[in-house]
Amino acid sequence: MKRTQLRKPNRVLALAALTALLVSGCGPEYLVLNPVGPVGREELHLIVLSTVLVLIVVIPVLALLVYIVWRYRDKPGNTAPYTPKWSESKVLEVVWWGIPIVIVAILGFYTGKSTFKLVEPPPTDAKPLTIQVTSLDWKWLFQYPGQNVATVNYVEIPVGVPVQFELTSDAPMNSFWVPQLGGQEYTMPGMAMRLWLEADQPGTYYGHGANFTGKGFAHMDFKVKAVSQQEFDQWVQQVKANSPALTLAGYQQLKQPSVVGTASYSSFPQGLFNDTVWADGGRYMPGMTDGMEGMNGQTADARKQTSSSDMHGMQMDGMQMSGKQGH
Amino acid sequence: MPESLRQFADTYLMWQEGPMIWISDVLILLTSVGIVATLTYFKKWKWLWREWLTTVDHKKIGIMYLIAALLMMFRGGADGLLMRTQLAAPGMHFLDAEHYDQIFTTHGTIMILFMAMPFIFALFNIVVPLQIGARDVAFPYLNAISFWLFFFGALLFNISFVFGGSPDAGWTSYPPLSELGFDNGPGENFYLLALQISGIGSIATGINFLVTILKMRAPGMTLMKTPLFTWSVLSACIMIIFAFPALTVALALLMLDRIVGTHFFTILQGGNPMMFINLFWIWGHPEVYIVVVPAFGVFSEVVATFARKETFGYTSMVAALLSISVISYFVWAHHFFTMGAGADVNTFFAVATMAVGIPTGVKVFNWLFTMYRGRIRMSLPMLWTIAFVPCFVIGGATGVMLAVAPADYQYHNSYFLIAHFHQVLIGGVVFGMLAGMYYWWPKMFGFKLDERLGRWAFWFFNIGFYVCFMPQYALGFMGMQRRMYTYPADMGWGTLNFVSTIGAYLMGIGFIFIVAQVLYSIKHGERDLTGDPWDGRTLEWSLPSPVPHYNFAVIPTVTDRDMWWVLKEEGRTEELRPKKEDIQPIHMPKNSGRPFLMGVAFFVAGLGFVFNWYVLAVLGLLGVVVTLLRRSFEYDDEYYIQPEEIEHVESALGRL
Repeated sequence: MKRTQLRKPNRVLALAALTALLVSGCGPEYLVLNPVGPVGREELHLIVLSTVLVLIVVIPVLALLVYIVWRYRDKPGNTAPYTPKWSESKVLEVVWWGIPIVIVAILGFYTGKSTFKLVEPPPTDAKPLTIQVTSLDWKWLFQYPGQNVATVNYVEIPVGVPVQFELTSDAPMNSFWVPQLGGQEYTMPGMAMRLWLEADQPGTYYGHGANFTGKGFAHMDFKVKAVSQQEFDQWVQQVKANSPALTLAGYQQLKQPSVVGTASYSSFPQGLFNDTVWADGGRYMPGMTDGMEGMNGQTADARKQTSSSDMHGMQMDGMQMSGKQGH
Repeated sequence: MPESLRQFADTYLMWQEGPMIWISDVLILLTSVGIVATLTYFKKWKWLWREWLTTVDHKKIGIMYLIAALLMMFRGGADGLLMRTQLAAPGMHFLDAEHYDQIFTTHGTIMILFMAMPFIFALFNIVVPLQIGARDVAFPYLNAISFWLFFFGALLFNISFVFGGSPDAGWTSYPPLSELGFDNGPGENFYLLALQISGIGSIATGINFLVTILKMRAPGMTLMKTPLFTWSVLSACIMIIFAFPALTVALALLMLDRIVGTHFFTILQGGNPMMFINLFWIWGHPEVYIVVVPAFGVFSEVVATFARKETFGYTSMVAALLSISVISYFVWAHHFFTMGAGADVNTFFAVATMAVGIPTGVKVFNWLFTMYRGRIRMSLPMLWTIAFVPCFVIGGATGVMLAVAPADYQYHNSYFLIAHFHQVLIGGVVFGMLAGMYYWWPKMFGFKLDERLGRWAFWFFNIGFYVCFMPQYALGFMGMQRRMYTYPADMGWGTLNFVSTIGAYLMGIGFIFIVAQVLYSIKHGERDLTGDPWDGRTLEWSLPSPVPHYNFAVIPTVTDRDMWWVLKEEGRTEELRPKKEDIQPIHMPKNSGRPFLMGVAFFVAGLGFVFNWYVLAVLGLLGVVVTLLRRSFEYDDEYYIQPEEIEHVESALGRL
């Protein structure tokens, strides 16, 4: 009874100590260990939990190795027992098949729990913001369908608001990663994926493509600026007032392989994101063609002739239906 | 004419690429001239053809695999050092993006397919028949074909560096980046064809050794009396046979996309690049077990021998090997948890990945308890085995951490991942293959490798390893991605990268010591006159070193798991010496030059397809068909070694 009472706080202490070590021992340049949002924190918890669990096996193994190699070394005068025929022990075998199984069961449980949890938006009262992300060769285009502004290589988000990033690519597959906000997700041509992230502290955070896309890949970094809702609204107004519009021709220009700096646009062509997904084969997205008679097999060009804004609305519905995509 | 010559030089010889290529060209030319001159001067052409190029002897094929593996380790290692040099400091201009991309692509491809694979095949070939009491593998001719397909595949891959350009889409070569639309150079074709050609060889090797182990064990050697290295080869062969066809299909479809314009993996016209990624990893994940499981086999043999103790938990070891070969098929999607395949799929693959760690962990405990209450000698094979344990245990632990899908969203494609897989592949495969090389070297060549130089190599390589890769875990947490040819100074990544580069160079020095050790030992290495230099336990140590052409003058009858050890214990070693009255004529396969020629034909066809030179391609394929047909109508491909000759050889060895 007493022992179990003692043990539990010990374990919590150990976990806390390790977290403290991981987080404080390493400076702010350890981005993954200094998350600023609920998603990154959830993932850090799992990182710490899995570290502790694997150490339960690693430390004894290393200690045993040192002890055994030292104790049973072949030196004259070594008085340690020598039993060349001892080669079986049911008890020991059960122990070391059993312990890893228990550890995997525990870790597997928490893994599953978190995996399902991260598909949903972080729980909050704030109304989520949607940002559409397109990875290009070799730059990032961000579109705000609600605000009708767009940016290149930087993205502003309000603090405390869950952001749904919808991800696609109009170039080779990349991966959208902002380590301090949370884990990454691939951007794939012809696919629209989604990733929930949220910042709960204002600041500028490093983001980078994480999947190799060729020559300019190393320069595919971007900044995420988390600001208050008020500042965010001001920023939107400012962009609307002072920046040029992104035209279709401008997008075609942007799409060309190049490394560029940041840019802001006061507007973008209606439905550009969906058109991009569709032009790159988006008809294979599960759910995207639901309720659209005659859409299968049509090329993007053929579709453009018949479609317009209402189509885009329908696609969005389809995408909502496939909302279980991603995490 | 000069104009067309210049164009040729620019297109194929990449003359405008600068001094690195020029130096390589000159070095390759000098090496080739040197080899030809040496062979001619010492009149060794005939010897080369008769003894090596046409051989079907598993021991010689094994030695050729070993030489190739060491050469490729040098090439892949040099690639690694170039990359580490470029990354030593932020904003370096040692390599540009294109060269860096090519180098990390060739580094990965060579190390997995042209270093690790031939290294395990070297040990398969050298050890398995001797360990199970057989005179050769089940299909010696096919074995030679496997080797030459590997060899010419590797050659095709390597010449891309100086002829046409190296692939640069990463060793995983994901479309659409590897499709014509984004990558129209011949490098990607080199990658596809070289892997395809050597992959055919690998499948054949898998089948060959599966049949050899199942059908050719000495009388009395039941499966549960089979040595653990042979068991590990069996497990690896099962994986090869099921996994490699997936790679064959993936490569073939991508090749069709690039060469004849199909749309299997293009985004438009109904293709789906995700299919390539799935196929690639359905092969790719079992592949890492294919290369590491034979290393487990080596460790099992080495630990029992150098602790002078029976393997602890033999049955459990076999069960672990077989469960690894099954579970390894259900983990491939952990290479792309971030592809958005839904929480249910990710959870399944996460748990399966953690589960494959269980049998692997069990093996570590069994090795530890084989040493427990033994008498541990620290010879080179044991040294590498002991170094393997902490390295692999930490690498395995970070593997379990990577398996946690949500955490993987943060590790994926970062240096954390890079550190992890180098730790399991170097700590597991390279340490294992080196341990195996040191262990069986006397059996191959009749002398031991020098211990002193070997220890220098060991310490340089090991310390270098930790200095190189431990900082990379930290870099992963700092958000550094893989495959960046440069990085900005303000991220704070500079110091750790510099440390990592120092480590890489220490490993390079370790490799130089291994080379020095081999060269020194050829002359000064301790000769092995007994055939049993380590006081071994299994059948191969009952034979003289090097082993006679026919292996066993008389096939032994097996009654125990550690047959040779038991006979030594009971003073019955004489039983394995041939007796004159037992010697029968030995049925052996004849040498043949055709496997080599078939390799040449594949090489020609491959080169033709790389550059879309269809005449050459068709000529090459015709060559393949002709060699196949010739084989089909060959009836005189075996001969008998007569008892007099066997008696002569055995008495010269003092065994009769």
